[in-house]
Amino acid sequence: MIPGEMHSELGNPEPGAPLQARLSGLARLGDPLFYGLTLAAAASIMVVTGWLVYQLFAHSAQARHEFGWKFLISQDWDPVAGQFGALPFIFGTIVTSAVAILIAGPLGVGTAIFLAELAPRRLSSLLAFLVDLLAAVPSVIYGLLGIFLLVPLLSGTVVPAIQSVAGSLPIFSGKFYGVSVFSAGVVLVIMVVPFIVSISREVLLSVPVEQREASFALGSTHWETVWNVVLPNARRGIYASIFLTLARALGETMAVTMVIGNTPRISKSLFAPGYTISAVIANEFTEATDNLYLSALIELALVLFAITFVINGLARLAILATTQRHETHV
Amino acid sequence: MFRLMRRRMTSAVMFAMTGICTVVVIGALFFILGYLFWKGGRYVNWDFFTKLPAPVGEAGGGMANAIIGSAKLLLLATLIGMPIGFLGGVYLAEYGGKTFPFMVRYVTDLLNGVPSIVIGIFAYTVVVLKVRHFSAWAGGFALGIMMIPIALRSTEEFLRQVPNGLREAALALGAARWQMILTVVVPAALRGIVAGMMLDVARVAGETAPLLFTSFGNRFWSEGFDKPTASLPVMIFNYAIGPYEDWHRQAWAAGFVLLAMVFMFNVTARLLVSWRRH
Amino acid sequence: MPINVPIPDEQADGQADMLADGRVDLAGAPLPVQAADGHGPAIVCSRSFCLYYGSRVGVKDIDMEIYPRSVTSIIGPSGCGKSTFLRSINRMNDLVPGARASGVLEVNGQDVYDKRINLVNLRQQVGMVFQRPNPFPKSIFDNVAYGPRIQGIRRAARLEEVVERCLIQAALWGEVKDDLRKSALSLSGGQQQRLCIARALATGPKVLLMDEPCSALDPVATARIEELIAALKNDYTMVIVTHNMQQAARVSDRTAFFCLGELIEVGLTRDIFTAPKKRQTEDYVTGRFG
Repeated sequence: MIPGEMHSELGNPEPGAPLQARLSGLARLGDPLFYGLTLAAAASIMVVTGWLVYQLFAHSAQARHEFGWKFLISQDWDPVAGQFGALPFIFGTIVTSAVAILIAGPLGVGTAIFLAELAPRRLSSLLAFLVDLLAAVPSVIYGLLGIFLLVPLLSGTVVPAIQSVAGSLPIFSGKFYGVSVFSAGVVLVIMVVPFIVSISREVLLSVPVEQREASFALGSTHWETVWNVVLPNARRGIYASIFLTLARALGETMAVTMVIGNTPRISKSLFAPGYTISAVIANEFTEATDNLYLSALIELALVLFAITFVINGLARLAILATTQRHETHV
Repeated sequence: MFRLMRRRMTSAVMFAMTGICTVVVIGALFFILGYLFWKGGRYVNWDFFTKLPAPVGEAGGGMANAIIGSAKLLLLATLIGMPIGFLGGVYLAEYGGKTFPFMVRYVTDLLNGVPSIVIGIFAYTVVVLKVRHFSAWAGGFALGIMMIPIALRSTEEFLRQVPNGLREAALALGAARWQMILTVVVPAALRGIVAGMMLDVARVAGETAPLLFTSFGNRFWSEGFDKPTASLPVMIFNYAIGPYEDWHRQAWAAGFVLLAMVFMFNVTARLLVSWRRH
Repeated sequence: MPINVPIPDEQADGQADMLADGRVDLAGAPLPVQAADGHGPAIVCSRSFCLYYGSRVGVKDIDMEIYPRSVTSIIGPSGCGKSTFLRSINRMNDLVPGARASGVLEVNGQDVYDKRINLVNLRQQVGMVFQRPNPFPKSIFDNVAYGPRIQGIRRAARLEEVVERCLIQAALWGEVKDDLRKSALSLSGGQQQRLCIARALATGPKVLLMDEPCSALDPVATARIEELIAALKNDYTMVIVTHNMQQAARVSDRTAFFCLGELIEVGLTRDIFTAPKKRQTEDYVTGRFG
């Protein structure tokens, strides 16, 4: 028994300590290194995002100084004359997305209710999986289908039908050329519904089963339970899903630009062609000949970024409110 | 009595309507797939995979360069997005803290919500403006940034699902923290992490907007990464809005190939996650 | 009684060394000899040791000695600090934010709460088995080989030796030797716990800490583990936390009774159970409270 040796066994390796102890030392060095690596990765995301915002501001400076706030309210988009106003695009972006959400919202939530409440579990999972596949379809393919399938369908059947019934209303007036704000809205519906279905279904499934049981025990029909108990519980989550989806729709580019008509004009009819922010950037960015043009387009990108940032922020507030509510319940 | 009948009828009718919604949505899926595979499948041929695009106006040719170009862009994107997303996810899941991780998550979600065309502009200002030409570097950079948020969140989520008992066991055996993470926690979560990456790649594979002014496009081969590069989604876009019937047919074929690949990745990823060995 | 030979510096090459009696000793410090009366110098020794979680007291003023090649059990009602004290020995309490210690807790004469302590080395010397079996989702072989591998042992032959020896010591070899590549998760609960014991033994510890090792197992599996503990006593020092007094009476040489974070009494097991010195101890072991 050699007391001295016992002491050194569990202490720090001294110089000349057996390789065994030194290996442990190396392993310990790995810890701050690895931590630093992962920390750097996490921090780099903040850096990249900050850099992105900075670049948007920096490269739109020329247009911002030239037009100031008038940029947002001017309808005049005339690259040749050097006049750039964002209103037609803001209008088109909002209208197409609004049309999309107005249709996709009820459609998506209705489907989610069916999947969460009525469908047997396995069918529900399978259908949810199929809906997720829909969400995975690239935008440009929706555009493809939009041009060659949807537009002829709309001009051949749907729009004449609408116009024969409600053609006197201003929003349904005017000659329909196929490409229009309405067409873009419809394409967006198909693109956007899967997200609403997917998120809403999860939200509905997460409503505690005790709430449903309480309602049934009081003699409610299934629908009454859904309408009076489940939906109110899931309300904020569903709003969040709609906001998130709205933000997505606002940023959609390819499918929209292929069917909207690419005309920077504000008109009262849904059936007239229009333009969105992302569509004009996609179409004209590589054609932009001078710095002011480019700067104006980048300012448009900044506006789009701001809009989606606000909408996403609202969605997160709704989600936060939901989780807080469930915590206080317990 | 009558009132109860009415209530039950209402219930039945409302649920029927939700059933109709479901049929519409699922029907849309099958219709899209069916139509695309029917139209596109007819025009996929050997030339499509092997030939370069024909001179403008001439029929024939293929998209060989676009397929290789897309592969190059996805490779770059994965090399940029995956490590940062993975390591960032490890940081959030394995190391504690309140404010900084919260900020990282917030900013990641923010980045995720940025429209892809805005990311394209960012890549343009950072890469294209500096070197004054389009390149695969720029396109890969844009796609890579788009990959980061999803890679990070899915890595974090799957790491969190690993039970703490495993971490304790590894530490109690004398593993350093980094050893514990790399040799026990990550392997336990690996299937989920890989599935997340696959979904991530499939998502950016179909992105078009950010490529329009970064990698731009090319009717010929692009050697290396420093030249404008063709990609499948951009080709589909250009051909679809073009005036030629032949172009339209090739756009359908390309759409078929792109969608087939995206779906394969999606299905594989979900199988990875749901298949249990024991 | 075999005495370990400490590894001379020039022989240390990161590989397991086989000693004359056939045991694998990865570290090299000699296990203190147990003298004939069952005592010797303590291998684990705490003096006025306290552990706090923030402002909450985990354990207070623990003065205790654990002797080599013996089984010491720690009993007491829930929340009395038994696990806290156990986990202090290999500093697993460090994982709890706000945990801090005062006093002295020595293993082999070295204060483990010394600032300069090499935690990795400590945990290789003091192994731990947990309440719920927690094998890694890897093969049986890779589970047991985990410890040696992170210590730098790579040679397949060495690893196979270590794995076989530890599985034999854990009384699991016969049941798994035909397919070591099978997933550890395909074993039963009792087998998994024996695997965890084998895994802990593979790092060559002097002391084995067991935190209620049988509480998640059925009676048959429990009996097998108790047999195992009796067999391992010849080579290892074991400290077992248990809420099952009969188990403590069956397997341990010495017993410590904790209550509300304090060590009430410690001594030979038969004394604690038949002639306890403190009233509280007597009340607990006779079941008057608990």
